[in-house]
Amino acid sequence: MVLSWVWICMVGVSVLCALLTGRTEALSRGVVEGASAAVELCVAMGGVLCLWSGVMEVMRRSGLARALARALRRPLERLFRAARGDREAMEALSANLSANLLGLGNAATPPGLAAARRLRALSGGTGAASDALCMLVVLNAASLQLVPVTVAGVRAAAGAAAPFDILPAVWISSAASVAVGILSARLLARVWPV
Amino acid sequence: MNAVFALSVPLILLCAGGWAMHRGVDLAGALTAGAGDGLRVLARILPTLVMLLTGIHMLRASGALDLATRLLAPWLGRAGIPAACAPLVLLRPFSGSGALAMGAELMRTYGADSPVGRTAAVMLGSSETTFYAVGVYFGAAGVVRGRYTLVAALLADIAGFLAAAWSARWLFPA
Repeated sequence: MVLSWVWICMVGVSVLCALLTGRTEALSRGVVEGASAAVELCVAMGGVLCLWSGVMEVMRRSGLARALARALRRPLERLFRAARGDREAMEALSANLSANLLGLGNAATPPGLAAARRLRALSGGTGAASDALCMLVVLNAASLQLVPVTVAGVRAAAGAAAPFDILPAVWISSAASVAVGILSARLLARVWPV
Repeated sequence: MNAVFALSVPLILLCAGGWAMHRGVDLAGALTAGAGDGLRVLARILPTLVMLLTGIHMLRASGALDLATRLLAPWLGRAGIPAACAPLVLLRPFSGSGALAMGAELMRTYGADSPVGRTAAVMLGSSETTFYAVGVYFGAAGVVRGRYTLVAALLADIAGFLAAAWSARWLFPA
């Protein structure tokens, strides 16, 4: 739905702008070029994307996701005080966050949604989100992924000398984003009534 | 330092593979299964990318992208964000594949190792599709009032974008 609106706005603005500036021929060329560029991009980034998805799967099967989930247990109990004693919620939360850190999107969503339902049940099941549930959604709306595989693939496709050399910058930015998210959620929780 | 960094990716491969063998994991099986997942991701995003890159190329060809960039340049410039990244910043919270297409286009036009290309990549790598995540989670939990969640999540996005521009400039001085 969002995508439909994004697209129709792009096309509408382009047509209008091309008519006003007299670039109608360039616009038709742009249509053809854009469609080919998408296929070229996918072919060019495919190798890196597939290889790293494979490496992530190796790490998951070697027990890295479970080890990470165990290591996350302590900090998560501090972050989600309302769910501290609840085994079901804590297990879902740590599975969700460890999968997010490893960039396993498909593995992150099911425990994430299970955690969301459990947190809602713990807070009495009203239609308003509890502070713990808000925190979970804020964390999932920020990027925790340690190795952004797709972006590295796009960089490789664009001819980057070292597709992964942006990792330190990505970690700094993700950390800043998550820190601001947690901090503002904590502060807003005090002033925003349920 | 550079030699160490150049070796880091091969070393990750060696360590992950060695650890998997040590744990008795079927290394080749896991690697190819994961690569197959990667292929499925590609197949899933290709149709969307065809749609969105067509739109983005149309915006560029019509001159609309240049216009938007020029209008937003002074505002973003004050925050230290390259003006060319403006459309990416605006698109990112709404559409993941749209932002990916926009970022890919920026990297292709300006060069993957240019300041704009690097900033775009770091922005993409350090943010999520905020509105999508909020919608999916609250939808699944049956929450009608999300309270401050969207405000906090968008503040986190802004912090991430600023940090992306600053860290890209700081770690890779032009």
